[in-house]
Amino acid sequence: MNAPAPDEPFAFTPESLARAEAEIAKYPPGRQQSAVMALLDIAQRQQGWVSQSAIEAVAAKLEMAPMRVQEVASFYTMYNLRPVGRHHVQVCTNISCLLRGSDEIVAALRERLGVDFGETTEDGDFTLSEVECLGACVNAPMMQVGDDYYEDLTPETARAVLDALAKGETPAPGPQGGRQFSAPEGGPTTLTGAADEGES
Amino acid sequence: MLKDRDRIFTNLYGQHDWRLAGARARGDWDGTREILAKGREAIVEDVKNSGLRGRGGAGFSTGLKWSFMPKGDGPRPHYLVINADEGEPGTCKDREILRFDPHKLVEGALLAGFAIGAHAAYVYIRGEFVVEARHLQTAVDEAYAAGLLGPDACGSGWAFDLYVHRGAGAYICGEESALLESLEGKKGQPRLKPPFPAGVGLYGCPTTVNNVESISVVPTILRRGPSWFAGLGRPKNSGTKLFCISGHVNKPCTVEEEMSIPLKELIERHAGGVRGGWDNLLAVIPGGSSTPVLTRETCDTMLMDFDSLRAAGSGLGTAAVIVMDKSTDIIRAIARLSRFYMHESCGQCTPCREGTGWLARMMDRMVTGDADLEEIDLLEQVTRQVEGHTICALGDAAAWPIQGLIRAFRPEMERRIRERGGDATRAA
Repeated sequence: MNAPAPDEPFAFTPESLARAEAEIAKYPPGRQQSAVMALLDIAQRQQGWVSQSAIEAVAAKLEMAPMRVQEVASFYTMYNLRPVGRHHVQVCTNISCLLRGSDEIVAALRERLGVDFGETTEDGDFTLSEVECLGACVNAPMMQVGDDYYEDLTPETARAVLDALAKGETPAPGPQGGRQFSAPEGGPTTLTGAADEGES
Repeated sequence: MLKDRDRIFTNLYGQHDWRLAGARARGDWDGTREILAKGREAIVEDVKNSGLRGRGGAGFSTGLKWSFMPKGDGPRPHYLVINADEGEPGTCKDREILRFDPHKLVEGALLAGFAIGAHAAYVYIRGEFVVEARHLQTAVDEAYAAGLLGPDACGSGWAFDLYVHRGAGAYICGEESALLESLEGKKGQPRLKPPFPAGVGLYGCPTTVNNVESISVVPTILRRGPSWFAGLGRPKNSGTKLFCISGHVNKPCTVEEEMSIPLKELIERHAGGVRGGWDNLLAVIPGGSSTPVLTRETCDTMLMDFDSLRAAGSGLGTAAVIVMDKSTDIIRAIARLSRFYMHESCGQCTPCREGTGWLARMMDRMVTGDADLEEIDLLEQVTRQVEGHTICALGDAAAWPIQGLIRAFRPEMERRIRERGGDATRAA
């Protein structure tokens, strides 16, 4: 883990640059540094990770010292400073997930992928990471794959999500048990029909 | 139980259209121009009189906070910053607002921004909430297209811009001054206070930072009147509240209820009760990971509001109710939180940087009982050396769950140590 990160040449594509300009425009003149997080994200979405070259490209675009960009890139957990697999599987093990069986989910993911936390499968398809609370606690246990949350997992449904991804499919995100988002299973106890009538 | 007609978040479960047309059908953006016409001070007064206390955890009066902003037009712009960096373990309420009721937040931002003299607002949303950020951005775009935001917002003559800023994974950015640092494009490390954001905030300008839920309830409060909101819940604990009930209940859920609802009623009415029945309850963390754990006996009669929970030595926090039944390894559960705080310490203050690691390692040993009995007191002492000795409240947040554990479950900690033979030194 502590080996120096590999590098890979990076230049913003025209599409990425257009998105970067739109982000920079959100902030007052001279405050373009505020867009550093957005530009790192744009770079990561283009390259799959954030290489040293990408950090330098962001720094040049925002007229920041590369070290200031490096500081940001290494402070926040979402920037991958080394390559990850095509699917980044991030499983929450914090308290609400722990209480609802995240141990079993983690075991199923490890077994299915044959890798441990921080590792990537040999075919480059999956990287497995343990993450802190992702803020979907009433739908625990859960994991995030790419941009999507998969919730109310069982070992079976967690495996099924990975199987589908491995086949190139896009499994439907959200609660895997079929309930309506954060409503109690079996149906809401509130807002059950007459909800809108008295609303101002 | 709160009546449906008194619920603010009528699309909590995404059962309706979350876009502008659907939001308008549910009453959002109704008469916004007339509310703005009442003027800055009248809006601040109404919010003060509603009794609204900040929904991000601290519970400070929202109206009073707004009144700290400089009056009139100074040389520096004013900013409204909305904290959508939801990440307190157990908490997932702002997520539902962002993805299913984003127009409540957008309209609330305009009203709050106007009330504090701000022409611009930033919503700082946690980076992992990609879908939620997309919904919010769509709502913002719709509001611009409809003239609800922009150079003449709602035809009020007030120029107002709203921007979505995505975070990138750092719990500490939920702390308001760390959030401002992050928004300025730096590491999210908290600032020393004073100065407070109302004096020196974003880009050195007067700034108010409010939680998503606080801002999102404002339009309804201003439409229905402060006395309506103040009439719900106990005095000084007004209004409705989103509760997230997770852990060992039959039906985990998020629900909007009246403030001060009894904890037992909340769990039994909405979350299908404790797994195995109320008598199978071991403990509850009532307000997100930072609030000390309550034992079963306390839970029987506890009211879910700021003052009741503070009186019980805990807190309402974010109203994230984490329920643990008797099958729970309570020491492991709290140790998991200790590991979280170690991971999320920004490293700026030594007591926190070193202390959270120390606490986490000690808690890991407490899980297996690989400790001496005296080390429980040592652990407690270490929490006291972290608590109150750091720039921000993360140090306190790391200390409190452990203090709560020792207070409520010391016999269990001692039993584990004894079983492993850790009382040998004392016996000798």
